[in-house]
Amino acid sequence: METATKVGVLRVSATGTTESGGRTVAGALQNQKVLRGIYYAFLTVLGLGFLFPLLWMIGTSLKSGPESLSDATSVIPRHPTLEGYRQAIDVLPRYFWNSVKLAFLNVVGLLVVASLAGYGFARIKFPGRDVLFLVVLGSALIPGIVYLIPQYVVFRDFGWVDTHYPLWVPRVMTPVFGTFLMRQFFLGIPKEIEEAARIDGASVFTTFRRVMLPLAKPALATVALFTFVDSWNDLLGPLVFLNSPDLQTLPVALALFQGEFFTNTPGLMAAATLTIIPIFVVFLLAQRYFVQGVVMSGMKG
Amino acid sequence: MSVNTPTQNMPARNTPTQGTPPRKVRRAPGRKRRNLVGYAFVAPLMLGIGVFHLYPMAVTTYSSFTDWDGFNSRHFVGFANYSKLILHDTLFHTVVTNTLLFMLGAIPLTMILALCLATLVSPQRRIMTVFRLAFFVPYVANVVAVSVVWFRLYSGQDGVFDTLLAHLGIDGPDWLVTSPWALIAVIFVSVWQGVGYPMIVLMAGIQAIPAELYEAASLDGASRARRFFSITLPLLTPSLFFVSISQFVASFQVFGIVYVMTKGGPGNDTNTYMLQLFNTSFADGELGYASAMAWLLFLVIAALTVIQWRLQRRWVFYG
Repeated sequence: METATKVGVLRVSATGTTESGGRTVAGALQNQKVLRGIYYAFLTVLGLGFLFPLLWMIGTSLKSGPESLSDATSVIPRHPTLEGYRQAIDVLPRYFWNSVKLAFLNVVGLLVVASLAGYGFARIKFPGRDVLFLVVLGSALIPGIVYLIPQYVVFRDFGWVDTHYPLWVPRVMTPVFGTFLMRQFFLGIPKEIEEAARIDGASVFTTFRRVMLPLAKPALATVALFTFVDSWNDLLGPLVFLNSPDLQTLPVALALFQGEFFTNTPGLMAAATLTIIPIFVVFLLAQRYFVQGVVMSGMKG
Repeated sequence: MSVNTPTQNMPARNTPTQGTPPRKVRRAPGRKRRNLVGYAFVAPLMLGIGVFHLYPMAVTTYSSFTDWDGFNSRHFVGFANYSKLILHDTLFHTVVTNTLLFMLGAIPLTMILALCLATLVSPQRRIMTVFRLAFFVPYVANVVAVSVVWFRLYSGQDGVFDTLLAHLGIDGPDWLVTSPWALIAVIFVSVWQGVGYPMIVLMAGIQAIPAELYEAASLDGASRARRFFSITLPLLTPSLFFVSISQFVASFQVFGIVYVMTKGGPGNDTNTYMLQLFNTSFADGELGYASAMAWLLFLVIAALTVIQWRLQRRWVFYG
């Protein structure tokens, strides 16, 4: 216990200036500064190397067609132009909106279902609850492909093939991971807060909506982010369920029509950039939650 | 987390308040109502799991024993699909071999790289966020977009790699269409894209190691390397275990990268399990046969995961 608190304190100070466990004598400070410089330089080189494909993508998207051929390896365009983006924007808006629409439906719907279920499993006692929760966990272990085939057949019978329904209804209705995360979060909120609301006469649902949901914002943000990324990047779903080009999403459009739509590399790279940017922006905005979510989900297996 | 939360202080029977002789009136009034509220909260999820998971699973199970093409009525064929897959389908054997080769390359590489990167970016300082982000970005980037980019980088005529190699006087191969290179190229991209997630998990594991241990070790004169191998690595084994399982499950299911970059080629050199499953079901329409493939995949993943769980006693150290 003692150790734990001490670590906590150390950690807090470590986020400031000193490296964890780095109480060094003044004389060694200079030396350490040099080492730290080398460390960061190394990380920077590594990071740039790692990001090279994406930097190249952005660089090439800003080149003209001829330049992308004559100077294919360079990352920085000599004569930057938005020609590639013009071509991409001619082609992409419909797919972009399809992707946005699906991401929106997925995020909103999934948050509703997952937070309800997470709360139910965490805070309401009812017979059979633990068995049901085991069923939920169990269904998380089965690879999606096992039910993809019959889902396809079921949706065909519904007349849902070549509509957007198969791309959001199943995901929204089966938020296994989201429910799990929400449940964990609700379990961690002190019971007293809820009890106070109940004593004031609030119903279970009101307590949930007015008291618990606002407290659960970090968990909701994490789930929303994961869902957004999942939906935005989904390739298999649209490939299986959609035929009409009009309904396709951004990734599929990019995969299927690369030769047909984009007469040159800058156009294709501009399209790829536009496909990644929304994810990147969302990720940057909520990077903390996302990493937290990875850690939470990672540790819980 | 515990699945079995403390048992509720109520009898298993669920009788209405009226009409029954009052035994021990411990039951709160309105419990039945409260139960209904509970069911209402989980109902949408349970309905979804029933309709979109359990029912389709049952259908897949049944279909795997039939010669179903998705349209005509199905005939029960017993284990014929399974035995054909395992004994006779040479394409399937190729696909399985490719998938195993892929795993053999991708999993160790990802784990080692993730561990190195996690060690490098784990110090809790503000600037590290930038580096963590750099290594994590490919993980959230769209798989089609990055595959399209890599496709160009790998290109034999004007591709970046071959152009750079040419400067060094090396005649680079046309990576994605030359036999051993295509699979290696695919593995490389998948490691590059997938390393961010395990890196974050391992980083969290490293940060959870008490700093006192390192201090004590330093006082005892342990070198940096010694501290890494004697403290970091053993205490990190639970995270490494989790990462290895998730890598393992994920690598069975590579799809996007091969679908975009190689379509499984050259020949069937990069045709992996998921791609073949996709082709069998949705291009060839052999849904019964594909269902057997899906089940086989599930069984193998489940079995190997159990084996890994068993083996963890040998190397995972819970402090």
